[in-house]
Amino acid sequence: MSYEVRIGLASCGVAAGAQETYEIFEKVKDIAKIKRVGCLGYCYAEPLVEIIDEDGKSYIYRNVDTKKAEQIIEQHIKNGSVVEQYLLDTAVVQKKLFRIATRNSGVIDPESIDDYLAHGGYGALEKVLKEMRPEDVIECIKNSGLRGRGGAGFPTGKKWELTRKSGGDVKYVICNGDEGDPGAFMDRNLLEGDPHTVLEGMIIAGYAIGAHEGFFYVRAEYPLAVKRLSIALEQARKRGFLGGNIFGSDFSFDARIKEGAGAFVCGEETALISSIEGKRGMPRLRPPYPAQKGLWGKPTSINNVETFANVPWIILNGWEKFASMGTHTSKGTKVFALAGKVKRTGTVEVPMGITINEIVNDIGGGVLKGANFKAVQLGGPSGGCLPATLGNTPIDYESLVASGAIMGSGGLIVMDESTCMVDVARYFLSFTQNESCGKCTFCRVGTKRMLEILNRICEGKGENDDIDILEKLGNQIKTASLCGLGQTAPNPVLTTIKYFRDEYEAHIKEKRCPAHQCKALIRYFIIPEKCTGCHLCFKVCPVKAISGKTKEIHIINEDICTRCGACYEVCKFDAIVKD
Amino acid sequence: MEDSGLLSVLYEHKEEKGAVIPILQGIQEKYGYLPPEILERFSELTSIPLAQIYGVATFFAQFRFEPRGKHLIRVCHGTACHVNGAERISSAIEEYLGIKEKETTLDGKFSVENVACLGCCSLAPVVMIDEKTYGRLTGEQIKKILKGY
Repeated sequence: MSYEVRIGLASCGVAAGAQETYEIFEKVKDIAKIKRVGCLGYCYAEPLVEIIDEDGKSYIYRNVDTKKAEQIIEQHIKNGSVVEQYLLDTAVVQKKLFRIATRNSGVIDPESIDDYLAHGGYGALEKVLKEMRPEDVIECIKNSGLRGRGGAGFPTGKKWELTRKSGGDVKYVICNGDEGDPGAFMDRNLLEGDPHTVLEGMIIAGYAIGAHEGFFYVRAEYPLAVKRLSIALEQARKRGFLGGNIFGSDFSFDARIKEGAGAFVCGEETALISSIEGKRGMPRLRPPYPAQKGLWGKPTSINNVETFANVPWIILNGWEKFASMGTHTSKGTKVFALAGKVKRTGTVEVPMGITINEIVNDIGGGVLKGANFKAVQLGGPSGGCLPATLGNTPIDYESLVASGAIMGSGGLIVMDESTCMVDVARYFLSFTQNESCGKCTFCRVGTKRMLEILNRICEGKGENDDIDILEKLGNQIKTASLCGLGQTAPNPVLTTIKYFRDEYEAHIKEKRCPAHQCKALIRYFIIPEKCTGCHLCFKVCPVKAISGKTKEIHIINEDICTRCGACYEVCKFDAIVKD
Repeated sequence: MEDSGLLSVLYEHKEEKGAVIPILQGIQEKYGYLPPEILERFSELTSIPLAQIYGVATFFAQFRFEPRGKHLIRVCHGTACHVNGAERISSAIEEYLGIKEKETTLDGKFSVENVACLGCCSLAPVVMIDEKTYGRLTGEQIKKILKGY
């Protein structure tokens, strides 16, 4: 029996040790086909190895370290017997997933154009150039109902049409890969796992709007994505998918990469354009929209990585199939980066209309260690926190906005009762405050004032009218800011006040943090009955606040304790508790 | 300071429109940071006003104006890392090295930076030292890892 062995070598796989695992499998490359692939989606079980036999049957192994790798080689690859105990059970999860944008991720070698071609790659581009007029492409995308996957959800076909109809010979297309939301990694996975799909989507967009040049704007924090995308561009150029007269048509197109330099605001389209032009990444007033006046004053269509990744599939499978999935206003699928306090973290692509509960419980396996599911945070610093009681909210642009959150780019962070909602709001606001470009007064000064208030609430110095001030200021910032950053920055604060007002009140009135997170409001102490006198906490305490001899009961001196949590982390007997 | 590094970066981008950011990235790659005299030379050679160069360089988080340590420790403070205890990792590093974010140890061996998200959220909390990523950390583990450098 001959096997194909796929090893997930996206960033998180590598971080979990997949490179070492890959090297072990490389030793048997004479008897099996060893393939480097992108993200398989089941990040919690990295490093992941998938073995496909001649009949196409797949076996996914979880947490494959070098030792397990040797065992799998001996038993499965050399002797044909499956190592049952290391198998990952994906049956339940797979029923909920539907892969469009991520269809090749984890399947093909992202550094091989031949592998992409073998999976139907550039077939959509060929069809478009040989059988469709630019207007037909736009019509097809419009009918599919595809909306921008970067968060705001503007209809993609309409954006292309507007750009096409703007006058002038020179137009541009830009791929927004400045995935700056902390907690979001879908675009990175797409670029690392299947860069050709994104490129093919961009070339098709270029044809549709009449552009001959494209730019990939990718975060500098994603070195592997940049590397794999550069390889893809070079390969596409060599095979004639980029350059002059693509597929014998009179259409020519080329693309290059611009690396971001670390500014969250550059995810906003006008700021992104400024940055490509070599200026400070400051947003400007719209209109004129980039579709009318974009890069160097020319009509420009800016689309998200995931949006582009959907395009070739829609062309090949027809808009009807895409539009048949999802809800009335939101069609197709959405990729989420599922993380936080959930058992099965990963990249999941689900049909629109699925509920939050289905994602957290059925796909994510519920929260860790039997704790209770408390909230989800959607859309990062621009989004909001929804309580578990709203778990039946469907994933749909309009439903999420109605609840106070947003679809966002796809970061979905699960929180349990050990997460303090005031602290989460403070965390996001400190992020947006820091990333505010400073152009609008309300965003620049207002977020700073809000942050000061949140800081003092977390320090136990909150005042009675703080909640009202936060709400008032938050609404003013939303109204008086120019770009999406300021318009959405107060969302995490406003939604947590809306759904978790009692937690704010506990901090302010009772000087108590119900989740035991805010350092100033908690204390650590040792339960004498549980302390075995192992002396470990004594050793790790950086300020010598713990006293006690080996085999005796230890005591924490509250006056010296800095609440760093080092003792809590090392205690093996649950003898140290927070109050 | 030797400006041959600058010249090669400028040559590489000579045809490119609006290339201030890639040029600054190139300078930082060659010199490890943005030395003031190199930026002045950059301005002289290209006639781009120095104020504009500094305007861009100070806007973006990626650019440094001081040399950094031999090893760069990037502590992820993304959402997933935050709820999984990134604060504890930062304080453990501070306990061990005696430096805070944006500082460099006196021996020039380590610099510490906080980053918004490394995109390895499923392994939270995460720290990246140079090009290597470490995940699912505790305060004690990061100390042990640093000991190995």
